[in-house]
Amino acid sequence: MASSGSISAGAHGDPTRRDFLFVASGAMAAVGAIATAWPFINNLNPAADTLALSSVEVNVKPIAVGQAITVKWRGKPVFIRHRTPEEIKEAEDVKLSELPDPETDNARVTDTAKKVRPEWLIVVGVCTHLGCVPLGTKPGDPRGEYGGWFCPCHGSQYDTSGRIRKGPAPKNLAVPDYLFSSDSLVKIG
Amino acid sequence: MASQHGAPPVFNNRVVAWIDHRLPIFSYIEKEYHTFPTPKNFNYFWNFGAIATVMLVLMIVTGIVLAMNYQPNSELAFASVERIMRDVPSGWLMRYMHMTGASFFFAAVYIHIFRGLYYGSYKAPRELLWILGVVILLLMMATAFLGYVLPWGQMSFWGATVITNLFSAIPVVGDSVVTWLWGGFAVDNPTLNRFFALHYLLPFIIVAVVALHVVALHVHGSNNPLGIDPKGPQDTVPFHPYYTMKDGFGLTIFLIIYAGFVFFAPNWLGEPVNYVQANPLVTPNEIVPEWYLLPFYAILRSIPDKLGGVIAMFGSIAILFVLPWLDTSRVRSCTFRPIYKWFVFVLVIDVLVLGYCGAHPPEGGFVIASRLATIYYFFHFLVLLPILGKIERPLPLPPSIADAVLKKKAV
Ligand code: HEM
Ligand code: FES
Repeated sequence: MASSGSISAGAHGDPTRRDFLFVASGAMAAVGAIATAWPFINNLNPAADTLALSSVEVNVKPIAVGQAITVKWRGKPVFIRHRTPEEIKEAEDVKLSELPDPETDNARVTDTAKKVRPEWLIVVGVCTHLGCVPLGTKPGDPRGEYGGWFCPCHGSQYDTSGRIRKGPAPKNLAVPDYLFSSDSLVKIG
Repeated sequence: MASQHGAPPVFNNRVVAWIDHRLPIFSYIEKEYHTFPTPKNFNYFWNFGAIATVMLVLMIVTGIVLAMNYQPNSELAFASVERIMRDVPSGWLMRYMHMTGASFFFAAVYIHIFRGLYYGSYKAPRELLWILGVVILLLMMATAFLGYVLPWGQMSFWGATVITNLFSAIPVVGDSVVTWLWGGFAVDNPTLNRFFALHYLLPFIIVAVVALHVVALHVHGSNNPLGIDPKGPQDTVPFHPYYTMKDGFGLTIFLIIYAGFVFFAPNWLGEPVNYVQANPLVTPNEIVPEWYLLPFYAILRSIPDKLGGVIAMFGSIAILFVLPWLDTSRVRSCTFRPIYKWFVFVLVIDVLVLGYCGAHPPEGGFVIASRLATIYYFFHFLVLLPILGKIERPLPLPPSIADAVLKKKAV
């Protein structure tokens, strides 16, 4: 019978068949462990019914020029603002180089059918800093120095296109996917 | 039952003896909590480990009875807590004990940590004991955060939103991580459900880590105010009855103060806005965590960069893991460290300043103060501690605990 030394190492310390089997079965066990862990991790992702709730339809007809409303989409506020011509002009005139997160106003008011509607600004009302709801939708709310929204939590300021201008938030207010099925009906999500 | 120092116990009760022969739990209790040789010079700072343990048990007992009436559903949670307060027999007491208990648990643990810092209890051979303690602190913070979400008030909801959003600072995968934590696209019912499951689980994990903490403690025994090792029986007394009595006395005082808060000022430490039901569309004017998390919240906000703030906040606790290696002094107790002694108090003041800043909106002076205090916090651990150990000249250590204690008596 071979000594244990000659089983675990070849004549010149070369890997033996047993070494190969150790590594191969160890690798399989690791793959198996990861494959088993995945369903547990994935289990915490949003469930099908949560995902199914992910669109809402809004009639925007009653929103007068200069007014904004908040609707709830996927548990979060979405701001729909009927912008005034001045607000649109202000948003369009900003130089991209002045923006922390450069994006044209046009790109932010385009629906999923690629139709541009500058009078309607639709943004997720969640501050990109740590998730507070910025003020500026209700009449009388402070709107910050750039006439858009002001986040009371840590002072982020957004412009009339919902772009971040000042404060700790790193990104513009997100624009959700939306589609106008007619001039007064918009589907968000 | 009779036993001498060191000799194996003899049990006169035959049932006890029968069990002990097969499962030596009685020998274990006898050895670790009765005859266990303990330095004879403890001061009252040494009460807080026992106090924290009692608070942990109290949190679990009150928590389990609360869970029998609590509904972890975003539609029902707020009303179920109000029902506990108004309709469930003694429900108000269970909730106030649990709510105030969390604060007192943290207070006890913070004093316990201060004791470790001042008397150098983290130094060899107690590094792992200390590290297990830091693990317990982290688990407590997670548990308290999860628990605070359960009553589903405005501060519950927005605290959960802000804290979970911290993870969005992680590059690339941040947003997916946050969605995964929420189980949805915002803090909502799935979030509340899983937070309840975890809030129920974590305290039992804390119990397990506390058990390891105590096992590690009993390998080398407790440190003491002089920071020198006991050299023989003249330096120690048996744990029971000496320290069971002293702990019992300290615990009673602690519980009297705790009961004072439970019965007369249960909401004094809380935020009134948490009695308003969660509203995902309206953020309260100010989001503040519970007092025991304020210093860390101040560190988070003091850094103007989102990712940087998150790193600094976690770093401020993580740094405690390596404390045993940052402190280069071989002397444990600050009693014999004439310079460092004062810096421990400066650190305490620094943390209090951070806590004060964390409770106020980050404007003007508070921003500057919290930045300076954050810098000082890291300076203490990363610069002061390693250097001071090298340049400070410690006072002469007494030859033994007995010697020092008797000399003090003679003066
Ligand atoms: C480490 C121990 C624990 C800590 C630090 C802790 C902390 C907290 C905190 C801070 C709250 C919020 C209190 C409020 O503002 O209303 C809470 C609520 C709650 N906890 Fe715990 N807890 C602990 C253990 C447990 C355990 C073991 C259970 C068992 C299930 C439990 C069940 C509950 C329930 C049902 C609530 C919601 C009712 C309420 O808000 O009063 N807790 N916990
Ligand atoms: S959450 Fe809006 S500024 Fe911090």
